[in-house]
Amino acid sequence: MKRFSWLVFFVFLMSAVWSQAGAYDYPLKDPYLATVIGTPTEFQPKLPEKIDYKMLSFKVFPERVVPSVFWYQRDFRYSLTYQKGEAPLIFVIAGTGSTFYSSSMIFFQKIFYQAGYHVICLSSPTSMNFITTASATSLPGNIIADAADLYRVMTMAWEQVKDRIKVSEFYLTGYSLGASEAAFVAKLDEEKRVFNFKKVLMINPAVSLYTSAKILDEMILAALPGGLKDFNDWLNRVLGRFAEFYKEMGYIDLSHDWLYDIYKRNFRTQSPKRENLATMIGFAFRISSNNMIFTSDVMTNAGLIVPKNLVLGSADSLYEYFRATSTTTFVDYFDELLFPYYKAKHPELTQEKAIDIDSLHYIQAYLEKSPKIGLMGNEDDLILTPQDLNFLKYVFGSRAKIYPYGGHCGNMSYTENVEYMLNFFKR
Amino acid sequence: MKRAINLTLLIFLVLMAGCATAPVQKEPIIPAKRSAAQYAIPEKQQAFYVYDPWEPMNRRIYNFNAVFDEYVFLPVVRAYEFVLPNFAQTGVTNFFNNLTEINNLMNSLLQFKIVKVFNTIGRIACNTTVGLGGLIDVATHEGVQRENEDFGQTLGFYGLGQGPYLVLPLLGPSGVRDTTGLVVDTVVYTLMVNRLIDELDMDNTDEDILKYSLTGLSAIDKRHKQSFRYFMTGSPFEYTIVRKLYHVQREFLIEN
Repeated sequence: MKRFSWLVFFVFLMSAVWSQAGAYDYPLKDPYLATVIGTPTEFQPKLPEKIDYKMLSFKVFPERVVPSVFWYQRDFRYSLTYQKGEAPLIFVIAGTGSTFYSSSMIFFQKIFYQAGYHVICLSSPTSMNFITTASATSLPGNIIADAADLYRVMTMAWEQVKDRIKVSEFYLTGYSLGASEAAFVAKLDEEKRVFNFKKVLMINPAVSLYTSAKILDEMILAALPGGLKDFNDWLNRVLGRFAEFYKEMGYIDLSHDWLYDIYKRNFRTQSPKRENLATMIGFAFRISSNNMIFTSDVMTNAGLIVPKNLVLGSADSLYEYFRATSTTTFVDYFDELLFPYYKAKHPELTQEKAIDIDSLHYIQAYLEKSPKIGLMGNEDDLILTPQDLNFLKYVFGSRAKIYPYGGHCGNMSYTENVEYMLNFFKR
Repeated sequence: MKRAINLTLLIFLVLMAGCATAPVQKEPIIPAKRSAAQYAIPEKQQAFYVYDPWEPMNRRIYNFNAVFDEYVFLPVVRAYEFVLPNFAQTGVTNFFNNLTEINNLMNSLLQFKIVKVFNTIGRIACNTTVGLGGLIDVATHEGVQRENEDFGQTLGFYGLGQGPYLVLPLLGPSGVRDTTGLVVDTVVYTLMVNRLIDELDMDNTDEDILKYSLTGLSAIDKRHKQSFRYFMTGSPFEYTIVRKLYHVQREFLIEN
């Protein structure tokens, strides 16, 4: 009898272990919280604190004269981390507005370096450095054109480093908008064959750039019932709260861990208001899209924000332009700068067509029949509509790994996600 | 020393001149489609508004600082980081932290922040003795965190506003009030350090060399601790954003 009870206990234990094995335990189940906080260090894999990397640069268009207001943008810049011996090389493309040294990018750099890769980190085509030095049109947002720009700098970067490192094969990844771009770059590579990517992983991609941008554009208004004019009051309220947290906690660094600490201390029982989180996300997006819009406007002398033909000096105040861009959305940019530019070149182009081309739908057939391309996404990704999510599941089938939560890119650095990423490239 | 000052001044002027070349306007200016004038709201309601009447000068100094950082300051800091092993760098940081506790002590006292006064006295006593003259930060290890008080905050505590925003050459974002505070703190710090050096009973030349090396080393240590890099925010509006963040950060510090 005693032996039997042990058996029961054993079976019970086993079943408990089994049911646990399938559970995904990323700590933040709310998509807005996940997007704001990301992954606290305790839930990330162990990483070296500092690794050696080189910041490299080159001129993409030697004849281009960058306006003096961008006097500090001389060359296209990127980073290289390399192994001593022969190793695979992975390119990583940053998300909207982000640079190659943003915290997410440095995370990827460490992950892949630790796993034995050479790593090249690339800024997003929507970042200031890319727009001023490496974008052929200086009008990012058309994924086909942006992928061509990316492919050009990747080829040039490879030219620059190939005597220094021994590469066995090439891989590609990107997150957010960078993931959507990675898909188009992979397709371009099928024709040009410079890299012949062995595997490509898309992490939390946007399906339609316009749709996702519209969602993020509107998010800033979530806690501002009276519109943007209430933003200042809202910001002061939030800063006031942060000042209180600072007083309680004795430190402030706005890191994942700091935010998670606040959450644990103050919001365990009662979640923070969703609309505040949404406005925070929308604000972050607004800042990066404003950076892009101003830069593109100046580079193309389009006269949207800055008076046409006005030459700005290196010490001129940009404050009023900052204010003007703050009321301008990504969708405004699409409608008033990007679309007119292509419309002038192709008069038959309609707005609907332009929006449709600017999405993964445009390369659906390619994505469906390319076993080397994989997808890592979240069921509750804020930048996807239900249709977008179904599209991804349908197109990628068994190549799609969709997690139940994580919001937009919140769980990218969660241990289990990182394991999945690394295994994907190993297979 | 005088020659060094002259040289710095010369570099400064040359760089300022370089930064200040006026752009040439060739074609007629056409008003922007979305000009800020359309969104006129009172300054106080603008989320990123900071009183900055000397913006053109401040921007030039900001640009100068960026260039100086890239070609002079950071190369020196990198050489320092390359030559000195990590534990020695930490030692230098701790050493200067211990010396500048005098400012924490004075300003906590002036604001009647008694807990901070006792924490700081405890830290100085502990780190100067057990911590071998401040080289080891024993107090933090024992759970007594370093306070962060300066004379700018003391002035803020007594109700003085930040005043016009000011970008200081080499030192970066500040304001009229905080610059005043900085001067007072620096005087107090220097008097104390000079007093300590007098105790060493060295001859005059050696004393001068020691003073200048300490100043230089503390500047390098300050830059080494600071992770900020000019024009790395990836935003063309970096000046405006940094200005706002500086103000918010100072408000936070004064409330504490």
